[in-house]
Amino acid sequence: MKDITEVRWHGRGGQGSWTASEVLARTAIYEGKYIQSFPEFGPERMGAPVTAFTRISTRPIRIHCAVYEPDIVVVLDPTLLKTVPVTSGVNENGIIIINSADEPAKVRKTLKTEKGKLWTIPATQIALKILGMPITNTAMLGTVARATKLVSLETIELILKERFRPDLAEKNFAVINEAYSEAKQE
Amino acid sequence: MQKVVKQEMMALAGDQAVAYAVKQSDVDVVAAYPITPQTIIVEKFSEYVADGEVETEFVCVESEHSAMAASISASATGARAFTATASAGLALMHEMLFVASGCRAPVVMAVANRALSAPLNIHGDHSDSMAQRDSGWIQMYAENAQEAYDSIIQAFQIAENLDVLLPVMVGLDGFTLSHTLENVEALPDEVVKEFVGVRKFPNVLTHAGKTAPFKLDPANPMTMGPIALQNYYFEFKRQQEEAMTNALNVIQQVNSDYAKISGRSYGNGLVEGYCLEDAEVAAICLGSTAGTMKTVVDDLRQDGVKAGLLKLRTFRPLPVEAIRSALENVKAVAVMDKCMSFGGNGGPVFHEVRHLLYDVASRPYVVNYIYGLGGRDTSPSELRSIYENLQSILQAGRVETPIQYLGLRD
Repeated sequence: MKDITEVRWHGRGGQGSWTASEVLARTAIYEGKYIQSFPEFGPERMGAPVTAFTRISTRPIRIHCAVYEPDIVVVLDPTLLKTVPVTSGVNENGIIIINSADEPAKVRKTLKTEKGKLWTIPATQIALKILGMPITNTAMLGTVARATKLVSLETIELILKERFRPDLAEKNFAVINEAYSEAKQE
Repeated sequence: MQKVVKQEMMALAGDQAVAYAVKQSDVDVVAAYPITPQTIIVEKFSEYVADGEVETEFVCVESEHSAMAASISASATGARAFTATASAGLALMHEMLFVASGCRAPVVMAVANRALSAPLNIHGDHSDSMAQRDSGWIQMYAENAQEAYDSIIQAFQIAENLDVLLPVMVGLDGFTLSHTLENVEALPDEVVKEFVGVRKFPNVLTHAGKTAPFKLDPANPMTMGPIALQNYYFEFKRQQEEAMTNALNVIQQVNSDYAKISGRSYGNGLVEGYCLEDAEVAAICLGSTAGTMKTVVDDLRQDGVKAGLLKLRTFRPLPVEAIRSALENVKAVAVMDKCMSFGGNGGPVFHEVRHLLYDVASRPYVVNYIYGLGGRDTSPSELRSIYENLQSILQAGRVETPIQYLGLRD
């Protein structure tokens, strides 16, 4: 029985993958959990594929290496599906969350695995509508909350208020709420 | 009897945890120069200074050589001094590290362990601090951000102990610890302040023939680090060795005193054994790898393998007796080095561990694993393969390849 939930975030530099990983971790710690949040320590450039990780557990976390078999994979940018092996290491009970306006069944055809439960969310559209920018990390975070029930929306709101300017926190929480209700399961 | 105090659970990266510990440790002078992956330590600490949260004098220097020179000078006047560096920055300090230990200046330094150039690499390995192992500094390595926080607070108590009076460096793995957000339980400010206390000084004979505290003070003129040639140099060096021996006891004492207030201890302060009591095969490692290794040992134990781990928390002084007794019943040992000693027939930890096992009655098989250079990630399955190899060594009854490279491209 695995006592750690491991999340792997795939995005492009500038989309806020590490920030999403960190907000999820800070939310979980607020709810009494043990956490780790770290980016893949490679060269980071705007637009280049990047990876970030979150670990959440009810017990102190001892492991210190990359996540090889994630329980949850989050893809912030649909163009990564063609170039990055995003589903690597995902097993049957895994959850895959992809930024896409398409139905899960259609997105499944582009994935290289039959494994895992698939969710989709039109994160870019939601971000453009509410934030006016294609920054998809908070829409993805809202979908993670819905698909995994790892953390509550109430705590996410608290953490956003701590971490962001009041107007940004409010807009991003609106994004999270919309993503939470719009997310589609396979 | 002291009670464990209530602590605040914080989310901190290793570097932030170090800065927070320094903030609480009543430090008089911080002199530092930024270098990745240590930068966040001095960045965060300079914020504390700018926001008036500490009364520390922050000295912006033009290089690491000067950072160490300023730290030594501050320490000589009786101040509590801290600095932080990594990689090339530590290499640039090399000359001054010997001055710090030779002057018996109890400077505390965090080293966010990072590879050395060339080729240029900003990621974690132990090449930087291992290259300074003969500089007369106490060396401790942290497994996680919590231990980095705890060790920095303890380091002041160890360094300033009158039986020790040696500088201490605390290593935390670059990025793997320095930049990873983790849970850190922080003690209340006043508890840390009381724990580290006020710096004490031995009384020495001054030029004027009276006794005075060993610090630079115009009221009691004295010289520090003067010339000592064939007549006395050797005796100074012998005294440093004695201080290192004394540190073995002091580190254990500080570890247990700290456990009384925090509820946290790290083995006996020198080494931490994990599942070693009945282990047949065991690995020895430093730093963050120890955490991953514990999960690997748990898995192996579930599969019926008598696996164990020895975390070397203190590398200088080398805890010879503690290592010997921890490995007493182990039949095959893998020593892990995140560092190379080119042309030296294995890594530095391997050399020393194999050396100290030479005198024991029944020597285990010993094999060296060099791994993770330049920040290369080491997976649990790779670590597991080490134990599998140890089991094959036991079966074969000999070590075929004493020096192995883990996770290296063919």
